[in-house]
Amino acid sequence: MIDLALFVAFPYVAVILAIVVGLYRYYTDRFSYSSLSSQFLENRTLFWGSVPFHYGILVILLAHLLALLFPGLWSSLIGAQARLYVLEVTGLALALMAIVGMALLFIRRLNNQRVLMVTSTIDWIFLVVLLAQILLGFWVALFFRWGSDWYLHTAVPWLISLATLSPQAQYVSVLPFIVKLHMLGGFLIIALFPFTRLVHFVTFPITYFWRPYQVVIWNRRVRAGVEVKK
Amino acid sequence: MDIRAQVSMVFHLDKCIGCHTCSISCKNIWTDRKGTEFMWWNNVETKPGTGYPTLWEDQEKYKGGWVQDGDRLRLKLQGRFGALSSLFFNPYLPTVDDYYEPWTYQYDELFNAPEGDDQPTARPISMITGKYMDIEAGPNWDDDLGGSPVYAANDPNKDGLTDEERAQLNEVQRVVFFYLPRICNHCLNPGCVAACPAGAIYKRGEDGVVLLKQDQCRAWRMCISGCPYKKTYYNWSTGKAEKCILCYPRLESGQPPACFHSCVGRIRYLGVLLYDADRILDTASSSEAVLVEAQRAIIQDPFDPQVVSAARANGISDAMIASARISPVYKFVKQWMLALPLHPEFRTIPMLYYVPPMLPVLAAVKNGLYNVVGAGENGLAPLISSLEKARLPLRYMASLFAAGNEETVAAVYRKLIAVRLYMRHLTVKDVSLAEANQALNVGQTTAEEVQAIFRLTATPTFEERFVVPPMEREVAIEQTLDPFTHKTQAGFGFRQAPERRW
Ligand code: SF4
Repeated sequence: MIDLALFVAFPYVAVILAIVVGLYRYYTDRFSYSSLSSQFLENRTLFWGSVPFHYGILVILLAHLLALLFPGLWSSLIGAQARLYVLEVTGLALALMAIVGMALLFIRRLNNQRVLMVTSTIDWIFLVVLLAQILLGFWVALFFRWGSDWYLHTAVPWLISLATLSPQAQYVSVLPFIVKLHMLGGFLIIALFPFTRLVHFVTFPITYFWRPYQVVIWNRRVRAGVEVKK
Repeated sequence: MDIRAQVSMVFHLDKCIGCHTCSISCKNIWTDRKGTEFMWWNNVETKPGTGYPTLWEDQEKYKGGWVQDGDRLRLKLQGRFGALSSLFFNPYLPTVDDYYEPWTYQYDELFNAPEGDDQPTARPISMITGKYMDIEAGPNWDDDLGGSPVYAANDPNKDGLTDEERAQLNEVQRVVFFYLPRICNHCLNPGCVAACPAGAIYKRGEDGVVLLKQDQCRAWRMCISGCPYKKTYYNWSTGKAEKCILCYPRLESGQPPACFHSCVGRIRYLGVLLYDADRILDTASSSEAVLVEAQRAIIQDPFDPQVVSAARANGISDAMIASARISPVYKFVKQWMLALPLHPEFRTIPMLYYVPPMLPVLAAVKNGLYNVVGAGENGLAPLISSLEKARLPLRYMASLFAAGNEETVAAVYRKLIAVRLYMRHLTVKDVSLAEANQALNVGQTTAEEVQAIFRLTATPTFEERFVVPPMEREVAIEQTLDPFTHKTQAGFGFRQAPERRW
């Protein structure tokens, strides 16, 4: 029963929250849809925190996603032992980067009076959750060896079963407690996403790659061709 | 030919008295909110000086504007890939300390202090943290050359001067300064627009005002670096960039922007210019030697029938064209060639032009005595040949207004001198006709032109200084809404205060 609540109901609730509240916030308060950068107030520690954190966490996230979307490709990738070693070590190194970065950012927020002024309660809650999640992930990778392998046979089928609306909690219900915590942490972050400044994640300005440098907006031409109501 | 209209500006620096009224009227209207305390969309700095934010002109430090890279024009800051990979940390972002930490005073301590032997004091408190602070810089820390061994000495425009010239400028008897009021230049090739990854900044097609969509800004902070004039600012409280909006709500109701309207020295002129948008890129990538000419050449003659028909084809109304014909900016910039762009070498094609100041150029020390040319026994005659002996080297002015081309500023000065001498001949009558004519010759101008310049410089009316074009707001409203519906709804929109609620 508890497994059903934690590994079936909770993920659905989290995703629905993320989508519904995320859209609601986007359409009612787009003004708040950003990261609220504090680089203007403090920029030295930010460099050593923000850069390693972001790059570390992004690559790790990408690896999680890759294995989920292309399990076949992933299993052939880790087929050879050398590749598996390289992958795991890289993963650990990136996680360490993210942890150090995150810790620095945490300390910065606590210590710098100016940055403290632009930090809200939800920021703190989210920071703690995020830090815990990364630490848990690191723990899992370190003490439950070859996660890149067993992930394919536990979390991946579970997530796929959720995605295909035929939820099967038994894939993960027998896993060690720490691993389960990490999985729940992931969904907790998804649930918190629309309420925090994490929303900046989905505003990544990819269009900058192809849009023309100059933007000119015409009042009249927008409607050119559209018949004006009389 | 792709003719567009641009609301443009001229500041006549000889008339600026450095009173900061412009800055105050702007601040009272637009930036007296939390997070914007340090912002001065209009600021007046003392030159020589390091300006606001400190050393803004030093693009090796801030990487603003454009550079010529082979035959390509690129942002000095970074390319597209560079922009997206430095979202997490912009290495060239000025921080609050490059401006100043905003503060107030604990005034209530003055009222609530118990009776005692000492005068109560109001200690400064930071408007960011609310804690006591030591004031280390302010919005006009080097006003009137205050702290010049630090500030004026490090003016980036002095880089072109010889050591001797620089040493002379530090001598007390030779110290010289003038004021440089600055607002957003509403450029034709804006660096802020190009640098914004989210595409939140745009130029209005109809009038060229550059605006920043608050709802679309995602705090990537690239515009602040991209603008070489440092005229976009980061609101640390809302996490949004903000900039001068040229008081467009005032323009739309026929009034000049607040800083223009309130200017005590009446140094400011506003009017519309027609320009050829097809030539923006070519103009911005001209070689340094012809940059000023190229930036003048992009402005089109509103009397030229070809230009007029191209303008009409682009939907520019006859009323707008008529307004362009009486634009004081057109006269100063294109017809008389007296007004120059500030730092044209940033290649954004700024639409705010400056008539360079004469005073610091025309006073000199002679035999140990401070001497304004024209006050000595030779009368005004030396004015004509005085440029070479200028107190503030022409090279300094050239670095500010002509990408280093001394001849460009010298030509302006020769004409300004001609105006002085000729008008003096007419009014005070202590300059002979021969001398006046010689000045006209040297200045390459005519008696009529000089009188027109004098009129618009010295005794213009409000309507002559500010030719606010018809903004045709009603046309824009018609496109989206029935005007009568709009009329009953105006003022009852669903606007929210610019505060973060999430
Ligand atoms: S109000 Fe006018 S005269 Fe006074 S500082 Fe501003 S620009 Fe100069």
